[in-house]
This record gives sequence, structure tokens and C-alpha cells, in this order.
Amino acid sequence: MRDIDAIAALQDPVRRRLYEYVVAQGREVGRNEAAEAAGVARTLAAHHLDRLTEAGLLASGSRRLSGRSGPGAGRPAKVYTRAAGEHSVSLPARDYRTAAELLAEAAEEAGLDAGLCAAARRRGEALRGAAAPCGGLDEAMEVLAARGYEPHLEGAGHAEGAAGAAAAGVVRMRNCPFHAVAERFPPLVCGMNLALLEGLLGMDGPVRARMDARPGECCVVVEASKNNDD
Amino acid sequence: MTSSGPAAHLAQLNVATLRHPLDDPRTAPFVELLGPVNAAADAAPGFVWRLTEEGEGDATGLRPAGEDVIVNLSVWESQEALWDFTYRSGHLEVVRRRRDWFHRHVEAHLVLWWVPAGHLPTVGEALERLADLQQHGPSPRAFTFASAHTAAEAQAEAAQQPRPLAPLEAVAPLEAVPPA
Repeated sequence: MRDIDAIAALQDPVRRRLYEYVVAQGREVGRNEAAEAAGVARTLAAHHLDRLTEAGLLASGSRRLSGRSGPGAGRPAKVYTRAAGEHSVSLPARDYRTAAELLAEAAEEAGLDAGLCAAARRRGEALRGAAAPCGGLDEAMEVLAARGYEPHLEGAGHAEGAAGAAAAGVVRMRNCPFHAVAERFPPLVCGMNLALLEGLLGMDGPVRARMDARPGECCVVVEASKNNDD
Repeated sequence: MTSSGPAAHLAQLNVATLRHPLDDPRTAPFVELLGPVNAAADAAPGFVWRLTEEGEGDATGLRPAGEDVIVNLSVWESQEALWDFTYRSGHLEVVRRRRDWFHRHVEAHLVLWWVPAGHLPTVGEALERLADLQQHGPSPRAFTFASAHTAAEAQAEAAQQPRPLAPLEAVAPLEAVPPA
């Protein structure tokens, strides 16, 4: 299926609600849960979830959701997650990805990390404009969501660790907007991403961005600044 | 695990030329990260072994490739496990700041190759693989993340043209003992 057809599959409003719900969970979602979230009947949800899978937007598998196994556990339920592939359409045709990969390759070979990070920080500051540094984690979530990072709060309410900031949790991000280039040139592009977010959120305000990479997520987390507790 | 061929593990060697000595204040942030990052490696999924100097927690005191060149030699169950540790753990912060502490290498400074599961590569063997990559470019014998080869490809090549490099089909003796 071509990208334009995959994207067109989202024109149906129910399908789009289901897709957005599954994506936002960041885990496997069953048919009942998705139907409830989208406010539609289970059979209709199942139909649309399977259309989304055919379109390559979701991936499906089967799991025993109840945690039971053996006789009496019942049939495994069908579950859905976001598919790994990327889909984009540009009219007229543009190919910024090839340009980005070539520029990153040249920057990597020439060791231009510092220059790239300086440019990224300036861009982040320019995007923030005249606004003050980001005022808190809620505001940071809005700013990050607007740029496609899919932020979510982790560890809120648990006073784990020594720092007081741990009680407020950290903002982690499910999506790396630079994924394909970051996979090919991780230190260069992840460093650029961190610098961009430092500029965007501010480096001397109530929140700070720092690197804390994990498999399958953006390499940066945002948390309350340590000096804020002093 | 694949069903054919002996189990293979992925070995990696990385060489880095220090800008300043390890006890220089400018290298201190790197030295501070060594303990936590090595501990993270030891606990990482798919980690098998890493080279350490006898009686030390790391290999930074060994200088087999030059007086100011530190080496990092380790073995992993798969390329994915090594990649996730290298770029999707606290180790990413070390590589992000690599230019602060290390000179940029014009030649290849990271090499990957397959070893039979249970074989722990020697430094000499590792440096041979790096030289192979530098001289001949990526091949199933010596490759990089961007130019990866499978263990099956390495076995096929080793069977076709035996080389003095530790052949994959041989059951190699253990040449070093993992840290307790």
C-alpha cells in the first residue's frame, strides 16, 4: 500500500480516534479497550483496527490479556500497537530525508558536532521566541507535544530517589522526530536533538532537558531543574 | 537463536585517542562516567564480557594501541543488544560528548566481528580485525553498525577462504576469564 493510501485510511473519524488512542498508549491495546475509548461498538472497532493494520499503520498480535494460561484461559485476544514504518506524503514530491542523511554523514565525517549543536540551540531559542524559559513540566508537555515528541509523564507521585524532583516525575517522549537520521548517526543527531530542546525549553529556567536514552524512545527527558529545590 | 550453525556472539573493539591524560581535569567528566556506564554494560541485556585490566574495573590502563589510545573490547549476544547499549542507555551521553575528550579519528575506530559463543577475543585478535577493516573496508570478517554482516555470512566466508584470523568454525579455547 502506498503512503498516500495509508494516510487516507485515517480520514474516517472513528478510525482516526482508534489510531490516536492506540498510539497514545505506547503499549498493546485490545479491541474492547479501544472500542470503549473511541465510544463505538466492539465489532465496529475490530473492523477499523483491522483496516488500520492492513494499511500498515498498526501492527497486530495476540495475547492472553487476562494473564491466565492453560485450559479455561480462553482464546488469546487480538492486540494492536503502532506499526514501526513511517508514512509521509509531500505534494509536490520532496526528499528532505536524503538531504538530511547526506548532511549528517558529512557532518559526522568532519566532526562538526559542536557547530551542529550550536545551530540547534539557536533554532530552539528562535522557536521559543520572546517567551520566558518553560515554566514547568505541564508547559513542557504542551511544547513537546506540539513538536511531535509524544510526551508522557513518568514516575509522578513516587518519591523515588534522593532528589525532590523525583516526586514530580520526568517527562519522557515516545517519538523521536528525527528517528531515521538518529538511528544512522546517533551521537551526532541525538546531541543535536538535546541542544534543540535546551534552546526550546531554556537552560536556566525551572525545567531542564538532559540525555537519558532508552530503547524505543526519544533520548532526552525533561525534569524539574535541580537548582529549583535549593 | 538461529537453527543452523554454531551459536555466534558479536565482538566489538573501539579505540579512542585521549586529548588529555586520564588524570587531567579536562578528562574528569569522562572518568566519572566510567564506573556507572561500565556497571550499566555489565547489567545490560545481551552483555557477555568486557575486557578489564587485572585487578581493575576497566581497561583504560591498558594501552595496546598507543600511549594515549584507550581500548574498549567487549562481547555481546547480538548486534541489537550492543546497539541498544551503545546508543540507547547512559552510554549515549559518553559518545555524545566524545569530542570533548577524544581526538577525531580519520580511520575507522570501531570494528565488529563474529566469534563462536564462549570465545573471548584477545586484544591482538581485536586489533587485527580493526586493521582488516581499515585496510579492506567492511566485510563479513570485520564490519561496522552501518555495514553489518550476519554470523552466517561470516561463517560462509571463513569456510570459503580460511584466514589466519580466528575462524568461526573452530572451537577456540578460552583465552581470558570473565571477571568474577
